[in-house]
Amino acid sequence: MKEFTYIITDPEGIHARPAGELVKAAKSYKCSIKLTKDGKSGDCKKIFGIMGLAVKSGNEVTITLDGEDEDEAFAGIREFMERNL
Amino acid sequence: MRVYKGKSVFGGTAVGKICVYQKDEQQVRRVKVEDTQKEKDRYHSASETAMEQLRALYEKALKEVGEHNAAVFEVHQMMLEDDDFIESVENIIELQEVNAEYAVAVTGENFAQVFAAMDDEYMRGRAADVKDISERLLAVLSGKGTGGIQGEEPVIVLADDLAPSETVQMDKDKVLSFVTVHGSLNSHTAILARTMGIPALVGTDIPLDGIVDGKLAIVDGANGCIYVEPDEDTVAEMLERKNKEEEKKRLLQTLKGKKNITLDGQEVMLYANIGNIKDLAMVIQNDAGGIGLFRSEFIYLEADDFPDEEEQFQIYKKVAETMAGKRVIIRTLDIGADKKCDYFKMEAEENPALGCRAIRICLTRPEIFKTQLRALLRASAFGNIAVMYPMITSLWEIRRIKEIVEEVKKELEEQCIEYGNPDQGVMIETPASVMISGELAKEVDFFSIGTNDLTQYTLAIDRQNPKLDEFYDSHHPAVLEMIRMVTENAHKAGIWAGICGELEADLQLTREFLAMGVDELSVSPKQILPIRKIVLETDVSEYIRNR
Repeated sequence: MKEFTYIITDPEGIHARPAGELVKAAKSYKCSIKLTKDGKSGDCKKIFGIMGLAVKSGNEVTITLDGEDEDEAFAGIREFMERNL
Repeated sequence: MRVYKGKSVFGGTAVGKICVYQKDEQQVRRVKVEDTQKEKDRYHSASETAMEQLRALYEKALKEVGEHNAAVFEVHQMMLEDDDFIESVENIIELQEVNAEYAVAVTGENFAQVFAAMDDEYMRGRAADVKDISERLLAVLSGKGTGGIQGEEPVIVLADDLAPSETVQMDKDKVLSFVTVHGSLNSHTAILARTMGIPALVGTDIPLDGIVDGKLAIVDGANGCIYVEPDEDTVAEMLERKNKEEEKKRLLQTLKGKKNITLDGQEVMLYANIGNIKDLAMVIQNDAGGIGLFRSEFIYLEADDFPDEEEQFQIYKKVAETMAGKRVIIRTLDIGADKKCDYFKMEAEENPALGCRAIRICLTRPEIFKTQLRALLRASAFGNIAVMYPMITSLWEIRRIKEIVEEVKKELEEQCIEYGNPDQGVMIETPASVMISGELAKEVDFFSIGTNDLTQYTLAIDRQNPKLDEFYDSHHPAVLEMIRMVTENAHKAGIWAGICGELEADLQLTREFLAMGVDELSVSPKQILPIRKIVLETDVSEYIRNR
């Protein structure tokens, strides 16, 4: 299992379109990918789960990855978030 | 009075109340069921159809409004595919033993409420997206189309954008004018408005809300604008113009019954383009010499499943009988590109305009083609039908088509079913067919040049893309040269050549086409008399000397 924290810088937070892109990115990996904010978590492969957390700019989120390709996903998702969120 | 600018599709004037076009709200009832598996299957298949619709919408949006704005349709697809959403629908069906519609409606409500309860204004807006997908699913499940106009009074229809199928399905008697926020001058909706002779504006900068809904307005097609709550002077001025337009129409009526013959004796056939059997009255009223283009795909676009042979036969027979011996050119189905039918279950394509459309569908799925051919051949026994094949690019295609026609005739013969022997022609609408027109001419009885697609393919310009209107030159010398070349090749082989398409509606070109020796011009019914007027006033040899 791997984990990293990230502070959202996109002024709009994780709204619909970036949430969709995050889901697309997460779905390309086999491992489970969870996003946690203030103790509540959502599955990164489910759009309602992610949008339901209403992540805003400045929020700190924790990404938890668990499964066979977690190393690859760790790098991939972190890069995605740095670039887009 | 407020004035909004748009691009004018048809230069008439319309006065009436605005009706903002809304998609229908679905009424859902809770029904107990025994077979829950069947309901789940219904839900899954509706979900697949909705996915296809969204994929198509995404593609369309990508072209028209760009990737950023199109992304919402991708998000909708993800919502439909979301495990939590699917699980919730399945659980409700299973545990409550209810119909799929109810389960979808409740799930949509629940998920929307999660968003609506958020303290973030943007996220609250997402409740609308959830509603949108559940409405879409419900529309598929109920088998109903979405959208419609309420009320009896004819109105100015105001919409964000209209799909060709939406425009087609509206009751034309209730539409005074179409005004859309999006759309281009060459979109199918614009072409349809022109065919119907309805003033229309596209790309109009107007809000779609209560500020304008139900308000009196005037669409000024000549100046490309709409006046909402016009002042008295404007009303008076526009009504006067409208009366003048009607007077002009009446004058044109005096041209009825006259031959289409130029001052120096050249005769031309003036036919009508129609997209629906309902347009027949207009054809007769405007004194068309025949039908130059019957767009048979509308039979398919208006249906929820493949129209069967008998249904098609009745329509073709009615057209042939109504035209009483005058020629009726029926184009075989031209589905594809921006004209989509869900039940064809076409795969999404990168480049639909260059993809599986028209004759390509017919040749890869001959069972669909044969049904239409059987109906056409049978109807030919009742009138003067000619069959025209769209999107031809190669000689082998027309040879293969003729083989299939022979097979169908043989089948009808064996079944002792009466049929006729219609003339067969090629619709010249690809640069390839122009270049081989000399060879094609030996295979068929006539050519009809489809200028809309021919211009799009020759200039490599997507005619749905409003941003390219300035580059789309329908008088481009390349296109005119192609028309001349096709006409010449047709005459060499002893067949006739006509033009059907919006270009022909362009009165400036009528003389040019006469000079090229074009034998037939097919236009929307309302354009027939104005063109007859030009023909009657033209001296072709003098025109050639002076050009």
